Amino acid sequence: MRGKRRVGERTPDVTIKPPTDSKSMLQWLKANLFNTWYNALLTLLAVVFLYIVFKGILSWAFTEANWNVIPANLQIFLVGAYPREEIWRVWIVIYTLALMLGLSAGIWGGLALRLAIVIGSVGGGLGIILAFFPIALSNRFGLLGGVAFLVVAFFLIRGKIGLRPWVLGGWLLSFPWTMIWLHGFAGLPTVFTSSWGGLLLTLILAAVGIVVSFPLGVLLALGRRSTLPVIKWVSTAYIETVRGVPLVTILFMAQIMVPIFLPDFRIDKILRAMLGITLFSAAYMAENVRGGLQSIPTGQYEAAHAVGLNYPLTMLLVVLPQALRSVIPAIVGQFISLFKDTSLVTVIGLLDLLGIAKTVIANPDWLGLQAEVYLFAAIVYFVFSYSMSYISLRIEDALGV
Amino acid sequence: MENNSTKSVSEKIPFWRDVRGLRVLFQVIFLVGVVLLSGILYTNMLRGLRGLGLTLNLDFLNNEAGFGIAEGIAYEPSDTYLRAFWVGVVNTIRVSVIGIACATILGLVIGIARLSSNWLVRNLAAIYIECFRNIPLLLQILFWYTAVILQLPSVRKSLTFFGHVFINQRGVYLPSPQPTSGVKIWVACLAVGFILALILYLARLRELRQMEQPGFPAKWALPTFLVVALVGWFLTPGRPFTLELPALKGFNFAGGIYLSPEFCALVIGLVMYTGAFIAEVVRSGIQSVAKGQQEAAKAIGLNEFQTLRLIVLPQALRVIAPPLTSQYLNLTKNSSLAVAIGFPDLFNIGNTMMNQTGQSIPIFGMIMISYLIISLATSAYMNWYNRRINRIGR
Repeated sequence: MRGKRRVGERTPDVTIKPPTDSKSMLQWLKANLFNTWYNALLTLLAVVFLYIVFKGILSWAFTEANWNVIPANLQIFLVGAYPREEIWRVWIVIYTLALMLGLSAGIWGGLALRLAIVIGSVGGGLGIILAFFPIALSNRFGLLGGVAFLVVAFFLIRGKIGLRPWVLGGWLLSFPWTMIWLHGFAGLPTVFTSSWGGLLLTLILAAVGIVVSFPLGVLLALGRRSTLPVIKWVSTAYIETVRGVPLVTILFMAQIMVPIFLPDFRIDKILRAMLGITLFSAAYMAENVRGGLQSIPTGQYEAAHAVGLNYPLTMLLVVLPQALRSVIPAIVGQFISLFKDTSLVTVIGLLDLLGIAKTVIANPDWLGLQAEVYLFAAIVYFVFSYSMSYISLRIEDALGV
Repeated sequence: MENNSTKSVSEKIPFWRDVRGLRVLFQVIFLVGVVLLSGILYTNMLRGLRGLGLTLNLDFLNNEAGFGIAEGIAYEPSDTYLRAFWVGVVNTIRVSVIGIACATILGLVIGIARLSSNWLVRNLAAIYIECFRNIPLLLQILFWYTAVILQLPSVRKSLTFFGHVFINQRGVYLPSPQPTSGVKIWVACLAVGFILALILYLARLRELRQMEQPGFPAKWALPTFLVVALVGWFLTPGRPFTLELPALKGFNFAGGIYLSPEFCALVIGLVMYTGAFIAEVVRSGIQSVAKGQQEAAKAIGLNEFQTLRLIVLPQALRVIAPPLTSQYLNLTKNSSLAVAIGFPDLFNIGNTMMNQTGQSIPIFGMIMISYLIISLATSAYMNWYNRRINRIGR
């Protein structure tokens, strides 16, 4: 406020301009960096720190580092040992997912549209890099094609709300669809899971972990809140045991115990890892879902009883639809941490993104390039993980939970 | 339902609609299912074990382990498997405790920096948090281990700090304090100082209560204690502690405290990763305290430090404690990633034992029970702490 004014004094007839937000550069600096003596000191220290770190990193990245290792191995970073002549199947999966995303964005708009924009722009950016940098890749315009699919689907279907059930059904089918294409069917040569690898494997492990553990987690959560003591005890014991133990233990256990417990089945390493990840993820999923269940007021249960619904119908028609909506952000959060946690399959010798990074480092052609390879892997993980947490923030906003 | 008075009580409810019966029935079916499943798995397991020529018992724990463990409490390869496992448990606890302490400090600093009024500091903290949170921990640990620590100079060309701290690719060598014969005199000094400080603390506390003013109750006690401790240190003949300095002997350093590269990589990775999460916990905790609280504190004349200590922290801690507990538990569980770089923690040693004896089932049981006990102990302590800070507040 400018000047002092006593209560009851008449307002002079001059219009005071509202204070402007725009400040001069110097004012901004003073307000944000040098407002007190210790802040000035902190600023100076931070500048010195930044200078040292950036100078070190930049001079290393542009003079010492040998980045050739990345483009030369890009293919195995992305899909591992997936056969070269079958990679088009991976592209089919990517195109399908892009199509589905475009359709959803067109039909629902809002959140789906924003998701599509985030994924489309990340994909488009990467696509441009792939298309115009001298990288030996079988399909250099593939990602841009995927983005084109997304955009075309969006404009084709925009506003046709009647198609919603079909698109939902499409999403349900997309998971088995992905698995069938990657694994092979009918006349296609089978690509066994043992040759899946790289980023592809990382994403599939995380997706399987979330998708398969979802029904299990819902059942466990219902079990934990059940009034039947036996079911409650068993569910609680399972959830608490799994949550108290590191994922590495469970992965190792799946590797070693599954052949002992189920000697009649031939389950390969990756399937065993998927089993371990799913059983692990189910316990965390159950806790997330339980949070949602607890947020449903008792009146909802009572109302459902009053209209004569039995337990399964109460849950299916009344409680779960509300509970699951409120736990979507938590499930996205779990997907992000699972995406990072899948890197642990490296420890049991699978070749996910991190496992591939380790093999590339061990390759005698590329000795001594640990920092470059790990940094590349870190950037890939970061891009995925960061954009997913951005998406999760948007979802939280959109759902208002 | 059954207490419908107009109808005769004798009319029986059909059993498929009798909730009481159904409840029992469901539980019985469920239990039978669980038992059947475990039974099938158990018989399969026995069959598999018979095929391998193994029996299910814990006798092997008393056999000679026969493998070496690089670090930890006293252990010889001729010791038993049980002892080897115990070494692993102690190593896990050591890494967890050190990791939790460092991660808490780092997280606190970064979390407060995240709320700084200084634009540069605030954004640096944000960048730190986003970078370290979004990269898998295992990748970070492998990076620190293979790309940083193992690439350090060799023993002969060690990096030297303050003349007596050596860092090279074989680890970190620090001076270690060794008590001398004079240490008892100094401890006595400390005891006297402590009693004096306690008296002053209580006196000051009473005075503050009488004046009804906020203040720092240890204002006199703390300097008194420090002065007594310092004077005692210099009056003790020959000083209470001498520093044992690491020195280059032959091909390696000897003496002092030695931290192996595996230990350093694991702790650095755990601390940097968990620190980022703790920073977010601290930030949201401090932000949860309504702004009016700070303004009110300013209005009744508290200074910035007093506001933080008396108004903001007690309320923020209540919000911080539960998520902090789960971060501590995560750190403890994540210490099992030691297996990727060969640090002998409990899981790594258990794994070696499995490879040697083939007794995977009992060893997995031991590993899981150990982690569960550590987790339960941590959460029991944090729950106690949580209750305590909640009681003070209300």
